[in-house]
Amino acid sequence: MTARARFILAVCILALLMTGPFVLTAGLVWLEAGEADRGRLIDAVVPHLPLGTLMTIAGFAVGMAVVRNLFRQYVRGLLRMEEHLKLMLGANHEFRVKPEGPPEVQALSQAVNALAQQRDELLQDVEAQISQAKHSVEEEKNRLAALMSELTQSVVVCNLDGRILLYNHRARQQFRALSDAPAVAGGGELIGLGRSIYAVFERNLVNHALESIQHRLRRSATQPVANFVTTTRAGQLLRAQMAPVLSVTQGEGGERAITGFILMLDNITRTFETESKRDQMLHTLTEGNRAALANVRAAAEMLEYPDLQEDLRERFRTVIRDEVRAMSTRLDETANEFADSLKARWPLEEMLGADLIAAVQRRIENVVRLPTKLEEVDETLWVKVDSFSLLQALTYLANRLSDEFEVREVRFRLSAAGRLVHLDLIWSGQAMSTETVMSWELEPMRFGDENSPLTVRDVIERHDGEMWLEREKVRHRAFFRILLPAAVPQEQLDEATILKGESRPEYYDFDLFNWSDKSRALDDRLLTELTYTVFDTETTGLNPSQGDEIIQIGATRIVNGKLLRQESFEQLVDPCRYLSPESVQIHGITQDMLKNQPTIEAVLPAFHAFAEDTVLIAHNAAFDMRFLQLKEKATGIRFDQPVLDTLLLSAVIHPNQESHRLEAIAERLNLPILGRHTALGDAIVTAEVFLKMIPLLAAMGIRTLRQAREAAEKSYYARVKY
Amino acid sequence: MAKKILIADDEQNIVISLEFLMKREGYEVSIASDGDEAARRIRSEKPDLVLLDVMMPKKSGFEVCQEVKSNPELQSVRILMLTAKGRDTEVAKGLALGADAYMTKPFSTKELVERVRSMLAEH
Repeated sequence: MTARARFILAVCILALLMTGPFVLTAGLVWLEAGEADRGRLIDAVVPHLPLGTLMTIAGFAVGMAVVRNLFRQYVRGLLRMEEHLKLMLGANHEFRVKPEGPPEVQALSQAVNALAQQRDELLQDVEAQISQAKHSVEEEKNRLAALMSELTQSVVVCNLDGRILLYNHRARQQFRALSDAPAVAGGGELIGLGRSIYAVFERNLVNHALESIQHRLRRSATQPVANFVTTTRAGQLLRAQMAPVLSVTQGEGGERAITGFILMLDNITRTFETESKRDQMLHTLTEGNRAALANVRAAAEMLEYPDLQEDLRERFRTVIRDEVRAMSTRLDETANEFADSLKARWPLEEMLGADLIAAVQRRIENVVRLPTKLEEVDETLWVKVDSFSLLQALTYLANRLSDEFEVREVRFRLSAAGRLVHLDLIWSGQAMSTETVMSWELEPMRFGDENSPLTVRDVIERHDGEMWLEREKVRHRAFFRILLPAAVPQEQLDEATILKGESRPEYYDFDLFNWSDKSRALDDRLLTELTYTVFDTETTGLNPSQGDEIIQIGATRIVNGKLLRQESFEQLVDPCRYLSPESVQIHGITQDMLKNQPTIEAVLPAFHAFAEDTVLIAHNAAFDMRFLQLKEKATGIRFDQPVLDTLLLSAVIHPNQESHRLEAIAERLNLPILGRHTALGDAIVTAEVFLKMIPLLAAMGIRTLRQAREAAEKSYYARVKY
Repeated sequence: MAKKILIADDEQNIVISLEFLMKREGYEVSIASDGDEAARRIRSEKPDLVLLDVMMPKKSGFEVCQEVKSNPELQSVRILMLTAKGRDTEVAKGLALGADAYMTKPFSTKELVERVRSMLAEH
């Protein structure tokens, strides 16, 4: 019932109360009276009736005034107060109720104001604490960043998807050396927040290292780290040490899950080269002279026989002279330049033999789907191996056995042999010919989806080992015996120092750790969580189909809602054509500036790599995309990722504005414009505009990439209609 | 009857010494200067002992050794491998493939003679 209805009801009840008793009394008196009395009653009352009515009306009026006043003060007043309170709850925390009306209401409003005051103080206190906490987190992050940038070793932190969460200056320098196009992209296409480390390292290699870390964690090894050495696409030799990033919370059984990994990288190309040269020299001086020494020694010893005929004696002398001369020459040559014919020693990792076998078993069972069994495995043996390539070789051999000899099961044996370890891969059934073994050894390893340029022989040589086929005729079996170098056992499990609780303080917390590539299709992901490449091109003119060319590409990145200015791409491009003076006026790039710049054929691959796995954004994207598409055929490079256009998105947000030029939008969104009409400058403005647009789009219910693309499409059609 | 010895080595400068040495001991000597020839001569001449160099053109000493040992008709042929590589992995491989003895260059000719003598005596 509304306040108004209740007021009318109250008035009605008042009216009834004031007239009811009088009318009732009159009725009862009338019924009791006889015929004669009724006449008398009429005579006595009727003349006074107007006065009575008047008095009743006056009394009613007074009563109504009292009710109305009470209603105003208590009901209306409280209603008004309620509205004020709502205001204080929501829109305006500062608002206070004005004490008015009767004392009870005033007391109430004072109490409410006091409560509000108390709430505000609490809120402020909480906010102050939050901002203080934020501040100290920020400070710690900065301290960490400063610390990292001082490190001479390069450090990269990734989440489990291989996305880079953190890297230091040194890492950036190092990746420059790994880039395919160091001059153009400067490694920026390889390293950057949110980028995939798999552009540098083979995914299988990283997975393998993670697996061995997991294994070590389970075994509670004191140092759950993995080392590996790998060659990069650019031919560099990288040594990586990988350490896990463990979750703060412990799972069942007290284990902490791996949420990411830290890579410490060393470019050992040069050290390795020097070392292998030194090795070579040593080798030439020792091994290389064995045969010659044998010849000399034998001949010299022959000379001691007294029954030697003169002509033979002369021949032995000649042998000695020739060999010694040859040795001197060899010594000189070696000293002068180290022949590069000898193989270098590959850096090896020490590993528990049983672990190696377990890893081989897992891999063969997963990849080849071949059951495996163990025979005698000496659990105490340690080996020095390049576990990744060795695993590949063993899996490859098992694969060929299964494919070509229909082997149904393989077994493993591991035994010590002095400073060597025998690793046997055994199977039942016939043995193959020596030629077959030879061809298996010398062909590049290809199986499943693995495609390695290495051969089994290469892998064996990396280990400075040997491999051969042996038969066990009695048991109708055969096996490959692989000789591997043994390692001194490492100190083992110290239960107390397992990575638990406080052993590793957590300095920081990165949002990107929670990222997962596979969680949703790109189209259904939120605009706030995507990675973008925002780019702009400068061109010789407006008509790519009539020969206009790109002369500059600038791009920057948005990761996790942040603009990463330091991870930008800017490159002039030689258009191989004449630059019209009108266009020079617009972009300020002259013919001279383009001299000796790379052509689009060299720049586009680098830009493509820079933009890999991201959503493209440009202002009036159709224009820039047209230039890129026209180069598809010539360069073979396709930009097939999703594209967003800030021009169309602006039309979605402000459909009634006349101008959707970049300057106009930036002005509307209160953004300062600096460095316009350089490709990178425009790309950065576009990126800032886009970041401002995200909340505006969200307010319109446009949150995912799909929604943004659909809305932009609609606005485009809307514009075309007019 | 004099025992037959085959010297398989591509280095003339060692062959000349070995030949002199073996003849002096009273053995009948023949010579092969590469792996193919060695294998052929072993099959046709069935020597009692082969001084087999590992590093030879056409066919390595390992291959020749494996071939000989897998041929039942040549069971009686002893093999003494000679190598200019001092790695123990190679020694292990040679012995695993059936070589009866192994000597690393440079060796003492006296020891070689004694080794040959004892190998032929076992026979």
